[in-house]
Amino acid sequence: MHSFGFRANAVLTFGITILALICAMASISDNFNSPRPSSEIQILNINWFQKQPHGNDEIEDFQVWDVVPICLFSPIDATAAMVSLTMNITADLQSLFTWNTKQVFVFVAAEYETPKNALNQVSLWDAIIPAKEHAKFWVQTANKYRFVDQGSNLRGKDFNLTLHWHVMPKTGKMFANKLVIPGYRLPEEYR
Amino acid sequence: MDLLPYSVLILFPCIIECMIVTSALIIWKALMCFTGSESPVVVVLSGSMEPGFKRGDILFLHMSNDPIRTGEIVVFNVDGREIPIVHRVIKVHERQETGDVEVLTKGDNNYGDDRLLYAQGQLWLQRHHIMGRAVGFLPYVGWVTIIMTEKPIIKVCLLM
Repeated sequence: MHSFGFRANAVLTFGITILALICAMASISDNFNSPRPSSEIQILNINWFQKQPHGNDEIEDFQVWDVVPICLFSPIDATAAMVSLTMNITADLQSLFTWNTKQVFVFVAAEYETPKNALNQVSLWDAIIPAKEHAKFWVQTANKYRFVDQGSNLRGKDFNLTLHWHVMPKTGKMFANKLVIPGYRLPEEYR
Repeated sequence: MDLLPYSVLILFPCIIECMIVTSALIIWKALMCFTGSESPVVVVLSGSMEPGFKRGDILFLHMSNDPIRTGEIVVFNVDGREIPIVHRVIKVHERQETGDVEVLTKGDNNYGDDRLLYAQGQLWLQRHHIMGRAVGFLPYVGWVTIIMTEKPIIKVCLLM
């Protein structure tokens, strides 16, 4: 009962139990935070709007994506359209940060409906906010990821831009939510 | 203690060890039931989701029938790879009638999306590839598993 082994075991077990309790309490304290984030997204310009060589509709800035792996243009994806746009994103996410927050992952996605697909969500841009000081930001950027559709359904398409945030804690439960900004529209013709 | 026969002195630690193993198994199976996922807890092995998840962190998974949406961190298996991958969903295309989804994922710290990791010719993930969504996280605890896997001798020492 008084050997080193028993004592070490007792200390370790107690220590681990207390640590687990503290982690659980830290995570529960996150529930008391009621965040009030706000954001505005403005599309400055549609840089281009084309059908991919093999047919896919996509909006893209070719200066950035010069080299594209051949496997992405498979004949199965025979008709798809591509879009490239420049956006102005302003957001104030400071109220999301608590003492238990490690980082907030924020991204902007375009959501729209097509005859074939009930819902399409395409992530256009994302960023990691490591601290509260950086949570109020303004960014002007072209879409980081290819805005491609499964098909050529994007002409004249109405879409929503949603700002999603994912709060990643130092320990415990992760929270995610979003802000939907409707009312954007793609041009009627390719250009 | 001096009066106990030798057989009890040998049996006692063996019984304790069996109890430890059995209770670990019960906890694991109960977690599987509770979270609806085949592996309710995974250890992060690579740095592709840094700085959010570092190597050695533990992720708690949960699987529900809710549709898969962008931004969710999912754990999926690619045909032909044995180790599941934990990455974030960046594109979702959901069919009208069937509700089948096609999903594209990407690690936060990776430059490109995961198409290079999928099987040859595979462009999208389907629902049956996905094992669960990450809902919670504990830092550093997974190092125990990583060390025990890479240096099995420690497993033996711990059980002694």
